[in-house]
Amino acid sequence: MSKTYDKYYVPEQSPWPIVGAVALFMIAFGAGNFVNEVTRNKEGYGGYLLLAGVAVLLFMLVGWFRNVIDESMHGLYSKQMDRSFRQGMSWFIFSEVMFFAAFFGALFYARMIAMPWLDGASNNAMTAQLLWPDFSAHWPMTKTPGGTETTAMPWQGLPLYNTLILLTSSVTLHFAHVGLEQGKRTQLKLMLTLTVLLGAAFLACQAYEYVHAYRDLGLKLDSGIYGNTFFLLTGFHGLHVTLGAIFLLVILLRILLKNHFTAHNHFAFQAAAWYWHFVDVVWLCLFVFVYVL
Amino acid sequence: MSTVTHDHDTAHHGEHHHHAPSGLKRWLYTTNHKDIGTLYLLFALTMFFIGGAMAMVIRAELFQPGLQLVQADFFNQMTTVHGLIMVFGAVMPAFTGLANWLIPMMIGAPDMALPRMNNWSFWILPFAFAILLASLFMEGGGPGFGWTFYAPLSTKYSGDSTALFVFSVHIMGISSIMGAINVIVTIFNLRAPGMTWMKMPLFVWTWLITAFLLIAVMPVLAGTVTMVLTDKYFGTSFFDAAGGGDPVLFQHIFWFFGHPEVYIMILPAFGIVSSIVPTFARKPLFGYASMVYATSSIALLSFLVWAHHMFTTGMPVFAELFFMYCTMLIAVPTGVKVFNWVATMWKGAMTFEVPMMFALAFIVLFTIGGFSGLMLAITPADFQYHDTYFVVAHFHYVLVTGAIFSIIAAAYYWLPKWTGHMYDETLGQWHFWCSLISVNMLFFPMHFVGLAGMPRRIPDYALQFADFNAFISIGGFAFGLSQLLFVWVLVKCIKGGEKATDQVWEGAEGLEWTLSSPPPYHSFTTPPEVK
Repeated sequence: MSKTYDKYYVPEQSPWPIVGAVALFMIAFGAGNFVNEVTRNKEGYGGYLLLAGVAVLLFMLVGWFRNVIDESMHGLYSKQMDRSFRQGMSWFIFSEVMFFAAFFGALFYARMIAMPWLDGASNNAMTAQLLWPDFSAHWPMTKTPGGTETTAMPWQGLPLYNTLILLTSSVTLHFAHVGLEQGKRTQLKLMLTLTVLLGAAFLACQAYEYVHAYRDLGLKLDSGIYGNTFFLLTGFHGLHVTLGAIFLLVILLRILLKNHFTAHNHFAFQAAAWYWHFVDVVWLCLFVFVYVL
Repeated sequence: MSTVTHDHDTAHHGEHHHHAPSGLKRWLYTTNHKDIGTLYLLFALTMFFIGGAMAMVIRAELFQPGLQLVQADFFNQMTTVHGLIMVFGAVMPAFTGLANWLIPMMIGAPDMALPRMNNWSFWILPFAFAILLASLFMEGGGPGFGWTFYAPLSTKYSGDSTALFVFSVHIMGISSIMGAINVIVTIFNLRAPGMTWMKMPLFVWTWLITAFLLIAVMPVLAGTVTMVLTDKYFGTSFFDAAGGGDPVLFQHIFWFFGHPEVYIMILPAFGIVSSIVPTFARKPLFGYASMVYATSSIALLSFLVWAHHMFTTGMPVFAELFFMYCTMLIAVPTGVKVFNWVATMWKGAMTFEVPMMFALAFIVLFTIGGFSGLMLAITPADFQYHDTYFVVAHFHYVLVTGAIFSIIAAAYYWLPKWTGHMYDETLGQWHFWCSLISVNMLFFPMHFVGLAGMPRRIPDYALQFADFNAFISIGGFAFGLSQLLFVWVLVKCIKGGEKATDQVWEGAEGLEWTLSSPPPYHSFTTPPEVK
């Protein structure tokens, strides 16, 4: 094992991908049935299948990553392999950017094009008069053409605090990274713990904000296009924060319990950090376009 | 299991070192780019026949006016699932299979960059299509809103199978994105020393750009289906004017995915034809650099033309003109490509083996599809053509005689390399001529019925279209049957036949032809020097 491994490592065989495929099948088929059952008040097994699928997926992820970590620890990976991982992660984040782009696109279209047209802009004056005489374009759309009313979520207060929390967490994560690179393990542990806690705080605030929206503001998922874009954008962002926080938590546990990662070899840490900064940037866009403007 | 280490002497060790596992486990657990490529290709072929069977149902119903064989609802499900299967189940996996087989061999790599993820991307697909096909048998039937699933057809007026459709598209998307990431990383990171960007074979170039398009637009499709799901089941109104949304928004988001998607299905075909034509013309490809730039500009333009699919749905005139001109601009780089292929053949020492025949047919017939696309791009003219059989003729010329013909050409071209045996040339020629004649009987008259006003996606039609439709259906059945010849050729070639040389074709150039036929289990364990 003293020799450096300069060939590109190709694993022999692996059971994990097929387990992952089965898991995704269970999730997709389960969710497809569950959605019908829950919205039609029908009895069914969809929800259980979905949960079982998630469990199998977690099982797969743990097993797969354990293999990868073992291989890395045994020095099977080269610099080239590291580059593959980094590039792969970057492109994955790019795909996530495009996923959010679809929802931001919907928001911009609804706000800048669809809403004025419903109020008669462009060549739609007669149509608007005939179909939606009572509708007037105003964003946040607190009254839909169909007449559903709601209240807008103000950006002052909780959303502002959440922005500060998430921005701070990006800074603490940066210091954790600096600590890792300079071999200051205490700084690493402290800052990473802080990051995870800030992430959890963000999620807690976000959960409270949803309760507040539903209970006090009457702002719901089905409150017209404002509520739709609000909940889908913040919801998918919250989901990504959750995943990112779990990702960071796993990294933290690996550091605390197993003393993993060195100053020069810490791709997983890097990937989790990139992901975290990415959800941070998405939040900034959200804060500006969903809350403030 | 994976921590087993080998002695890593610099000495060359042969394929026996990596004992290829056998049985079912080999295919389920494989991390080998060739095995995964084979799986993709076989899956695509299976889906091609399932989707094809649905096309046969459509053509049988349209053989005569009136409703004879199937209910209108079922007809809609057939057109929908036929489209979904051919796009996501046949053409895309076939190209991914070719990418898996060829890219590591072409750039001098041992395998794909992320071999386990490669396996995962493949094995998601059979499950995704099992869900989609299973939805056909559930109460209320499968999706029947067209492969484009326009709202409100897919939101207000769709059945319970919609959720299954949405989630199967989600996991297909996950598969495509992972496959594309793998291709990009392999090309960026695993090229042999000396394999500079402008030395890469065009198939590698076109796939690199395709992979970029995939990563950029598949997530947008995921977003679209998610909005359909919440609109249908959870009371959102993205595509409902009463809630402040807009059904036209659906079309914008869908086609922002959909237009790059059609180039995802044709750019690798350009790469294939650019490999085959020089071999059989025994001349290097004319205008290599311009081919690379043309491919890139087609890809960039593909993000600026989506609304040419929706000229009749209501847009400001300025937008219509913008999308019209951008669309017509695409004819320039595409023209460069066609010119280069023809110029490659100019004064070449040509022979006409089956791959070359399919490539030649591609050049002519794809160009016909390209020109009808140019006609459709003209906004005022499109008002007449929109949603008629003219559109059906157009996209089947680019997808069947374009994408599918190139895939078949690729199969014939690289089959001797993959199997180590030559295919049966006579049978192959039969397959080609039967396909060529029947495919034109099938799709060419659709231009005329379309221009005469026959709408697409309708199980019944006015009497004056009867003769043409009967003729079209006969062409369709003949084309379907001709593909059985292809299976025969494939089986024969896999089982045995004349031993193929390493180079296989006299004029073939590129790293993949320096390997043995069939190539070793791991292509290049040590990277070759590229001069």
